[in-house]
Formats: sequence, structure tokens, C-alpha cells
Amino acid sequence: MNAPFAKIGINVLLTVAAALTLMPLFWMVSVSFMPSGATLSFPPPFLPSHPTLANYSRLFVYAGMGRYLLNSVLVASGITFFSLVFNVMAGYAFAKLRFAGRERIFQALLGALVIPSQVAMIPLFIMLKWMGLVNTYAGVMAPTLASVFGIFLVRQYARTLPDELLEAARIDGAGELRIFAQIVLPLLKPIIVTLTIFTFLASWNDFMWPLIVLTGQDHYTLPVALALLTREHVQDTEMMMAGSVITVLPVLLLFLALQRYYIQGLLAGSMKG
Amino acid sequence: MNKWYTAWLFLAPALIVLCVFFLVPVLAAFGLSLTDFDLYALADFHNLRFIALDNYLSLLRRPLFWSALRHTLYFVVAGMPLTIFASLGAALLLNSKLARCKSFFRTALFAPVVTTLVAVAVIWRYLFNARFGLVNYVLVSMGIHPVNWLGDPRWAMPTIILFAVWKNFGYNMIIFFAGLQSIPEELYEAARIDGASALAQFRHITLPMLRPTMLLVGILTMAGYFQLFAEPYVITEGGPLQSTVSVLYLMYSDAFKWWNLGVASAEAFVLFLLMFAVTVGFLRLMRRGERV
Repeated sequence: MNAPFAKIGINVLLTVAAALTLMPLFWMVSVSFMPSGATLSFPPPFLPSHPTLANYSRLFVYAGMGRYLLNSVLVASGITFFSLVFNVMAGYAFAKLRFAGRERIFQALLGALVIPSQVAMIPLFIMLKWMGLVNTYAGVMAPTLASVFGIFLVRQYARTLPDELLEAARIDGAGELRIFAQIVLPLLKPIIVTLTIFTFLASWNDFMWPLIVLTGQDHYTLPVALALLTREHVQDTEMMMAGSVITVLPVLLLFLALQRYYIQGLLAGSMKG
Repeated sequence: MNKWYTAWLFLAPALIVLCVFFLVPVLAAFGLSLTDFDLYALADFHNLRFIALDNYLSLLRRPLFWSALRHTLYFVVAGMPLTIFASLGAALLLNSKLARCKSFFRTALFAPVVTTLVAVAVIWRYLFNARFGLVNYVLVSMGIHPVNWLGDPRWAMPTIILFAVWKNFGYNMIIFFAGLQSIPEELYEAARIDGASALAQFRHITLPMLRPTMLLVGILTMAGYFQLFAEPYVITEGGPLQSTVSVLYLMYSDAFKWWNLGVASAEAFVLFLLMFAVTVGFLRLMRRGERV
């Protein structure tokens, strides 16, 4: 067999694929350090000849990027924290606690996954307007404070915990909350890490619902601010690329740091079919 | 054994959130789609009128709705197979015993999946700029005619499809990769002993063994692609000549630009029914294929 030839071919293909995949991201970083207007020259430069931080400082000083960054951090952390608490509690209950209708309710929840979330958005907007929550952090966060996907993930994992452990604690007279906090939670740690990074990334990147419910720029998250800024500053490639870097960098770094957990969650979540 | 109410205490927060912020709104969406809910009704609910199926009937007579439907289907029908080909190709390369630096390549190919859609769509907008974009520069220097990617109604949707393939193929790649790894090595060994070529092994072992994975990936990708919204919102703003207006884009502008919330709810429901029907049809087709 022509194994050496095949080996070179496969690795060259992989390198080309990786280069094509990463090229837009490299270009984004590179352009974000170019002086304003540099990309309009011909031929378009690929690397900055005079690297500058001017785009970043303009974004923070004039475009309110600091505020948007703070909003994104607040919203994504808030959603992650609350949905983690709610989903882990519910997932544990579906896996290990006994109550009438357990399987039927869980099946109904899974069935609800076929409904795209956008169907709910219009009534949700009217409802939140009526509750006075339009253009608030609570309004952005409300619909994602619990998720069927998260409950499913925790349930699958919690089912593998031995029942004897919980029964033994009950016989020793431990209350349900104590069992949950002191025995179950530490054992669920891997799935909690997975779910944390999943939820944080999803809420950081979320666009349509924040765009609908955030009507004033004081509360814009980064994606909403960026989408509207591009419409205003169509010509300002360099500044917009700096904005993209600020938006993408936190989630990319988080992913690189916790990659293993993310991939595990992705695989666990896709096995439901 | 736990007491019966313990379970409900653990379930309550999540179930309340899902009921109040999902179940009730979904039901309300159907109710809303049967009314003429608009800006006046938003100000005062007394201005609301029940109009039965009028919203749905007027959608059927509205050319913009049909073209939004066509654009969405175009995106799904072209984007889904392309994404799956790219994913499967990347997974096969990664799975090859000859590949080096696998974890680096896996991370690199997966990176676009975790990036913020809006931010990378903004990159696309500039990369594919007809006059100053890098893509046209590369084409011209290779002696190919430049393309008016985002300004030509025939090219805008293909540009968005290209974007979606780039952004999403890594997700399916990971699922395919796991599927490939679960195929028993003995099958390939036996085939090699029988003298089967690499291509024959792929056709008669890899593809049939990947069938369940293929089904899963197909359905996930399709469901995601029917929900096309942010890509045209950022890259083309629905243009040029409304050639990239998708159903959700239309729903968004009808609802939150023109405040025709009743009409927009009907659009959301039609999209949901369409997704549901196509998914069921797709499942049937795959099952029938299994029996043959």
C-alpha cells in the first residue's frame, strides 16, 4: 500500500481545513489592530503594518463597550447560576426521587423540545411588558432560567448514582436537602461543570431574544450591541473587528480551558435521539 | 423512600419557569395568531379582535411570506447536506490512524462552533465585501472573476450558506467522530482479509454503521437551519432585494418593527408546523430505507 503517500495526503488535507477554518478568526484579530481605514487599501493587508490599540480604546471610550461587556457578564452569569440550581434540582428529582407521574412528566418535557423557542417569544414579550420587565436584566434572563436540555443532562448523569447510598443516608436520619447538598451535589460535579460551560456559552452568544426584549442601549448585551453598531458603522471595518474580538474572546478562552467538559456534554446531549 | 412532596419541592422552580415562560407563551401564541393583535392592542387590550384564521389565510396570499418560505427552504435544503458532508469529511480525516496532532486539529475545526454568531457574522460581512473584501482579492489574484457576494440577490444566500457551513460543521464532526470510534475494528479487519478496498469498506461498513448518527445529525441540523435569523440580520439585513428574508426574519420585522403581533404569531406557528412535518417525513423516509 502507498501508506506514506496517504499519510501526507491526510495531514495536508487536515492542515488546509484547519487553516480555512481559522482564517476568518485570525483575520479578525489582525484587522482589529490596524489603524482606521487600513483595510480599504489595495491589496488588502493581512497583517497590520503599524499595530495600534486605537480601535479598542475608541470602542470603550465612545461606543460604550465597557457597559455592554458588563451587561453580558451579568446576564450570562445570572442565567448560568440560576438555571444551574433549578436544572440540577429537577434533574436529580427526575432521576432519584419517587413521585406519581414521574416518567410521564419527563416524556412530556422531552416532547416539548420539538417546539422552537421563537414560537413563545411574541407572547413572552407581551407578558413581560405587562409585568414591567421589558428592557431589564430579569427580562432577558427569565425564559432561560430552566431548560429541558439541562434537566435531561443532569437526569442522565444522576441515574448512575447508587440508590443504596441515598437510602443509607435516609436510614441514618439525614433530611432530603442535606442528602442533596452533601452527598448528591459532590457526586454530580462533572456534569455541573459541563452544564456551567454550556449554559454560559449559550447565554453569552444568544441573540434573538435579547434583541427583542432589550429596547434601550443601557441594557444591550455584546451581540445585540455589535449587530446594531455594524449597521451604524458599516465603513469602520477595523473598529467592528475589535468589537468582534471583545465579544468572541471570552467564550473562546473559556472553551479552550474547559474543552473536555464541553465535548462530553455535547455528546451526552446528542445521544437523546 | 422520600416523601411525595420532597420531589415536588425539587421540581417546582424549574417546572414553574418552564410553564410560565414557555408552555403558557406557546399556547398563547396560538391564541394570538387568531387575533388582530397590533400596536393599539398592545396599548389597550380592548382593541383586540378575534379574527379566526384570517391571519393564516392572508399569509397564503402574501408574496413576501412565500418568498421567505422559499429562502428558508433553500437555506435548509442546500445548507444541511453541505454541512453534513463537511462534518463527515472532517470526522473521517480526524479518525484516520495516519492523522497527526489530532487534538489540535479537532480544536481548530471545532472553534467556530463556540464563537458568538453575531460577531463572526460581522467578520463575514467584511470578508465578502465586493470591493474591499479579502475573498474577492484572492479570487482576482487567482484569475477568477470577482463575485458581488452580498450585493447580488443570486449570491447573497449562497454566501450565508457558506457561513453556516463554516460555523456549524464542527458540531456534527464531533458527533460523527464519536460514531466512527464506536464501529468495531474487527469489521474492518475482516473486510481487509476479504480484500475489500478502502472505498468498499466505507460504503459497506462505515456508512451503514453511521446510519443512526446520520439520522440524529440530520434532524439536529435541519431543526437548527429552519430557525435562520441572525445570519441574514447581521450579514445582509434581509437584502439585497429581500433575497435573504427568512421566515423568522419576517416574523421579527412584522412583530417588532410593524407591531403586527397577531400576524407574526401565525408566521411562527406555520414555521413550527412545517418543521414538525418535515422532521416526521424525514424520519419516515429513513425508517423505510432501513427496511429495504
